[in-house]
Amino acid sequence: MVAIARGWLLVIVVALGISALSYFGLNAYMQQILFYIAINVMLAASLNLVNGFCGQFSLGHAGFMAVGAYVSALVSLHFHPFEGALEILNFPIYLIAGGLCAAAMGFFVGMPSLRLRGDYLAIVTLGFGEIIRVTLLNLDVVGGARGLYGIPGNTDFMACFHAFFWAGTTVLLLWRLVHSSFGRAFLSVREDEIAAECMGINTTRIKVLAFVISSFFAGAAGSIFAHTTNALNPASFQFVKSVDVVIMVVMGGMGSLTGSVVGAIIVTILPEALRPLQEYTHVDLRMVIYSLTLILLMIWRPAGILGSREWNQLKFWRKNAPAA
Amino acid sequence: MQELVQHILNGLNLGAIYALIALGYTMVYGVLQLINFAHSEVYMVGAFASYYGAIQFHLTEKPGWGAFAIALLISMTVCSLLGLAIERFAYRPLRNAPKLNTLITAIGVSLFLQFSGQVVFGADPKVFPEVLQDSTLYTFGEIQIQLFDVTIFVVAIVAMLALNWFINKTKTGMAIRAVSFSFRSATLMGINVNWIIAVTFILGSSLAGVGSVLVGLKYPKIDPLMGTLIGLKAFVAAVLGGIGNLPGAVVGGLLMGLCEEMVVAYLSSTYRDALAFGLLIFILLFKPSGIMGQTRVEKV
Repeated sequence: MVAIARGWLLVIVVALGISALSYFGLNAYMQQILFYIAINVMLAASLNLVNGFCGQFSLGHAGFMAVGAYVSALVSLHFHPFEGALEILNFPIYLIAGGLCAAAMGFFVGMPSLRLRGDYLAIVTLGFGEIIRVTLLNLDVVGGARGLYGIPGNTDFMACFHAFFWAGTTVLLLWRLVHSSFGRAFLSVREDEIAAECMGINTTRIKVLAFVISSFFAGAAGSIFAHTTNALNPASFQFVKSVDVVIMVVMGGMGSLTGSVVGAIIVTILPEALRPLQEYTHVDLRMVIYSLTLILLMIWRPAGILGSREWNQLKFWRKNAPAA
Repeated sequence: MQELVQHILNGLNLGAIYALIALGYTMVYGVLQLINFAHSEVYMVGAFASYYGAIQFHLTEKPGWGAFAIALLISMTVCSLLGLAIERFAYRPLRNAPKLNTLITAIGVSLFLQFSGQVVFGADPKVFPEVLQDSTLYTFGEIQIQLFDVTIFVVAIVAMLALNWFINKTKTGMAIRAVSFSFRSATLMGINVNWIIAVTFILGSSLAGVGSVLVGLKYPKIDPLMGTLIGLKAFVAAVLGGIGNLPGAVVGGLLMGLCEEMVVAYLSSTYRDALAFGLLIFILLFKPSGIMGQTRVEKV
C-alpha cells in the first residue's frame, strides 16, 4: 500500500512541478516540446509492454493513437457530461473513451495474429496502421483529409498537468504490472514461449492482453494529443509515427521502462537539435538517420542504452553494489 | 460475360506480378525464417535502376524487344547486387542473434532504402520510360488482348519456370532446399550455408527486378514509396499460398491478383488495399499454414 501511495504521490508531484515550471518559466516552443515528450513517453512505455516485455513486434502504434485521438475528439465535440465546477472531470472521460476504443481495436487486430508463433503481428499491425489512416481520410464525419477542427482543449496549466499526469500514470501502472507476479508471465512469454506454455501460462491470452493494454495507452496518448493541439489530421498518424515510437523503445532498451522514458526524451529532442543540419543541407535527413540508427543499434548494441535494466538497478544508485 | 473474361485476364496479369515478388519473400523466409521487409524496397530500386539505365543508354529512342531486354537485365543486376549487399551487411552480422533483432534490422533496412530513395531520387513521381510500345494483339468482341498483358504474363511465367528448374534440378538448388529443410543438418553435410543464403537473396531480388520492369511497363508511375503497398500484398500472397512454399507463392499471387481485380470491378476501388489486409486476417484466423503449406509441429 505504502509503495502504491508513494508512486501516485510521485506522479502527482512531478506532474504539478513540470506544469508549474512550464507555465511560469517556459515559452510556447519549449512547452510544445514538453507536451510531445509527455505524449511520446506514453507511447513508448506502452509499446515497450508488447515489444520489450512480451517479445512480440508491433508496428502500428500510430494507428491506435489515431483511433484514440479521433474517438475522444468526437466524444468531446458531442458530449459534455459535467458542467460548471465539475467540468474538470470531463477530460478523463474522453481519455478513457478514446483508450477503450483503441483497446477494442487492439483486441480485433491482436486476436488473429497473436494466436500464432512468428512475426505475423508486425505485418498485420503495419497494414492496420495504413488502413486506419486511409479510412480516416475517407470518413466525412471526422473531416476527411481536411482534418477535424475546434476540439475543445484544456487551458494552459491544466493541459500541461494532464499530459504529465497521464504520462506518469502510464509509466506507474505499467511498472506495477510488469513487476507484479502476474506480470512475470509477460517476461516468460518473451524468454521462451514453449517453456511458458509448459508452466501453465495461456500464452495467447497473455500476448493479447499485453497488446490490448498497450493499445489502450496508445489511445489515451492520442486523446491527449487531440486535446492539446485542438485539431487533428490523418497526416499526423502516418507510418513514420509508428517508426518513431519503435526507435524510442529500441534505443532506450527493450524491456526497460526507464529506457522508454529516456528514449522518448532523446527522440523528441533530437530532431529539434538537428534542425540546423536540415537548414544547412536543405534535405530532410531525419528519417535516414533514424533508420540507420536502428540498423546499427541492432548490429552493435541490440540492448539499447539501458538494456533491460531500470533506474534503480543502475550502479549509480548503489554505492556498495558488487562489481558485476 | 465478356466483361468477366476481361477481368479474369487482368487479374491473372496482376497476379503474375504479385507472384514474382511473393517468391522473393517466401524463399528468404524458407531459408532464414525472416520476413524480409527490405524486399519491397529492392523492387523499388529495380524500377529506378531501369529508369536511369534507360536514360543512360537512350533506350526510349528505339523501343522494342532489345530495349526491353536491356532494361530487364539492368534491373535484375542492380537488384541482385542490392540484395546481396543487404544480406552481407545487415543480416549476416545477426545470423545468431534473436529473431526479433533480425526483424527490426529488416524494417530498418527497408526504411533506410525508402528514405534514402526520397533523398537520392527525389520524392516526386517519375514516368517509367517506354522501352516497349503497347499495341492491341487480338480483339474478340469486347475482349482486348494487349501486347503488354501478354508480355507480362509470358515473362513472369518464364522467370518462374526458370526458378523452378534451378531449385529442383541443379545442385545449388538442392542445397537451397536442404538449408530450408534444416539449417544445421545442411551445415553438417558440408553445405556452405552463407553462400547458399546469398544465392537465395540473388534469386529473390532478381525476380523482384523482373517484377519492377513489368509493373513499370503497365503502370508507368514510379516513386520511392511504390514498394510498400505492393510488398505488403505480395507478402499476403505468400502467406495465402503457405509461406516457405514456392508453388504456394505462385498460387497465392494469382489468387490475390484475381481477388483484387474482382473487388475493383464489382465492389469499389476504395476497398482495393483493404482487401489484402482483410484477406491476411482471414487466413491467419482460419488456415494460418496457407493453401499449400504444411503445419509444422514445434518440438523443444
